Amino acid sequence: MELSGAQILVQSLIDEGVEYIFGYPGGAVLHLYDALFQQDELKHILVRHEQGATHAADGYARATGKPGVVLVTSGPGATNAVTGIATAYMDSIPMVIISGQVSLPVIGSDAFQEVDMIGITRPCVKHNYLVKDVTKLAETIKKAFYVATTGRPGPVVIDVPKDITAPNIKVPYKYPKKVSIRSYNPVVTGHKGQIKKAVDLLLSAHKPIIYSGGGVVLGEASKELTELTHALGYPITSTLMGLGAYPGTDKQFIGMLGMHGTYEANMAMHESDVIIAIGARFDDRVTGKLDLFCPYAKIIHIDIDPASISKTVRVDIPIVGDVKPVLEQMLEMIKESSKKPNKKALELWWHQIGQWQAVNCLEFDRESPLIKPQHVIEQLYEVTKGDAYVTSDVGQHQMWAAQYYPFDKPRHWINSGGLGTMGFGLPAAIGVKLAFPHADVACVTGEASIQMCIQELSTALQYKTPIKIINLNNRYMGMVRQWQEFSYESRYSHSYMDTIPEFVKLAEAYGHVGMRIDKPEEVRPALEAAFAMKDRTVFLDIMTDRTENVYPMIEAGKGHHDMKLRVALGTTTDRELA
Amino acid sequence: MRHIISILMENESGALSRVAGLFSARGYNIESLTVAPTQDPSLSRMTLVTRGSEEIIEQITKQLNKLIDVVKLIDLAESFHIERELMMVKIKTTAEMRDEIRSMADIFRGKIIDVTPATYIVEMTGPSEKLDAFVAAIDPDSIIEVVRSGPTGISRGEKGLHL
Repeated sequence: MELSGAQILVQSLIDEGVEYIFGYPGGAVLHLYDALFQQDELKHILVRHEQGATHAADGYARATGKPGVVLVTSGPGATNAVTGIATAYMDSIPMVIISGQVSLPVIGSDAFQEVDMIGITRPCVKHNYLVKDVTKLAETIKKAFYVATTGRPGPVVIDVPKDITAPNIKVPYKYPKKVSIRSYNPVVTGHKGQIKKAVDLLLSAHKPIIYSGGGVVLGEASKELTELTHALGYPITSTLMGLGAYPGTDKQFIGMLGMHGTYEANMAMHESDVIIAIGARFDDRVTGKLDLFCPYAKIIHIDIDPASISKTVRVDIPIVGDVKPVLEQMLEMIKESSKKPNKKALELWWHQIGQWQAVNCLEFDRESPLIKPQHVIEQLYEVTKGDAYVTSDVGQHQMWAAQYYPFDKPRHWINSGGLGTMGFGLPAAIGVKLAFPHADVACVTGEASIQMCIQELSTALQYKTPIKIINLNNRYMGMVRQWQEFSYESRYSHSYMDTIPEFVKLAEAYGHVGMRIDKPEEVRPALEAAFAMKDRTVFLDIMTDRTENVYPMIEAGKGHHDMKLRVALGTTTDRELA
Repeated sequence: MRHIISILMENESGALSRVAGLFSARGYNIESLTVAPTQDPSLSRMTLVTRGSEEIIEQITKQLNKLIDVVKLIDLAESFHIERELMMVKIKTTAEMRDEIRSMADIFRGKIIDVTPATYIVEMTGPSEKLDAFVAAIDPDSIIEVVRSGPTGISRGEKGLHL
């Protein structure tokens, strides 16, 4: 079969099993769009801005585990995609981004809409390819998907010059079934001797804690993690990225750890004598000040990426490997071991944790006449029965969603953890909804974040992806304001907007339903009404307490045991803000 | 401590910039870098000299290994190895200085590879310290320019860095 480069690209994606491609046309990809027009297997989602395409593909990938695919034109199309590529890179999300490029003979001549996409994306991709020969196109696409989805996943860019896709140059096409790259051999199984050592250490612990991360979600190892945790009877905490890998409502789960983690999770980390980190990378938002991190603990670390091991925190027993088979092996060894967890020590440990839990660090003022954002998330949890896919943007609302919506299943909590990209939530929700049209999808956001990609409301209408936007509107960039309150003597420098659009009218203008909620008692009925409208996107503009802060908080430069807790219930409501 | 990292990588366009970019993005320093194709034209051999604590060097080797184009690498400083650097020095030569420069080049086993009425070019290979010593032994005012390749190295014994 002889095909043009454009046809090869489209056919390769079909042969790869791609269902959706998120994109935006332009000069350098016109041949490609013409090839797309002449088929109907591959569905193209036309976004309103290339950043939206990357986040939508990313949301799709996070919810399904399948790679997200993006198509953008050269120059500004490519640069607009960079934020989304970096977002996926930081959270190890498999994506393949196809960017148009000017024709090969004019590369380097500052041609119209030319930008060095390979150079620009190099630090934020797992790998990238410039296609210089149309006969290598199919193989390059296969390689890109292979690299993106194996080992530690990540985004891969394929930069395709326009002349490579020219309709008049046809070459034989065959999509390779398999591909191998001699310089790329990701480790899969863990070292047996190391796993044995880890099991021995785990079983001799007195104050153990399991610290699980996004790698468990990416590695599809929820079942194994849950079995291991149950078999050991140890407390488990999770990073922001790992939420849902272990059931959030289970009694062994003691909440998220880190900067806005629970008191009990952070205290348990600080006091522990053995930590097993599973698919987590000791991010600075998790560790706090490194010198103060877990002073009494021996650390086991399972990670597929050798470079994650001992990057910031020295570990005692590293295990490089795919988390799923490593946990399986570990579980088997635990079952076969004559040693059992120290029951007496564990009882004391749980008693200690119980005392920390009694602090009730997530309690908030439930009597307030103002809408407490935490209340909204709790109601969202109840109305959706804990079953929704929840995407978020970045800031206070993101932390509240993580704290007050316990996820029982993996791939349901979808947020930009590593890069912290405002604007992520809405397009990501569209991607999720396309993947799971019958599931409830909520985007928890704030009035600042939502404005960063709000144009995608139009995409949501065009492709009939009815999502619910929970806009916690506090008329501040809440997290910025919180830091300014704590660290800059409440000098609220540019963390508020004097003009905020009327979101109800805006939602209506985009063809959706808008609702404004002003009183606490209106929250529940509004949410119920919104989720009852199965075929409509609903924008809930919820006017929340402007002064509310996220607690607990480990401020910069402090350790896990040094948390800022809510001083007393009810005090925040009355505070005067500048 | 000083480390010499020897890298076998795909001879692809952009491979060099991936390594250089990694060093600048992560704040590692590069003292020198040499690169050329091997007997197998699909592979390049790169020698990179860097400095850092054990932790930093461990991260550098791990991060380099993560690059898709990197096939293999070794830290030569960890074992017996031979290290050589090529240098060419252009020296201003007055009539009375010529003998002195020539004998100095001989002592250092250098060669004079170009002569003009007013200059010599001395070529020299050796460990970097030897080249440093030669430069130090020459009157700095007479040196017009110094060109150095940066060190390259190879491990001793039967083992080698190959596919």
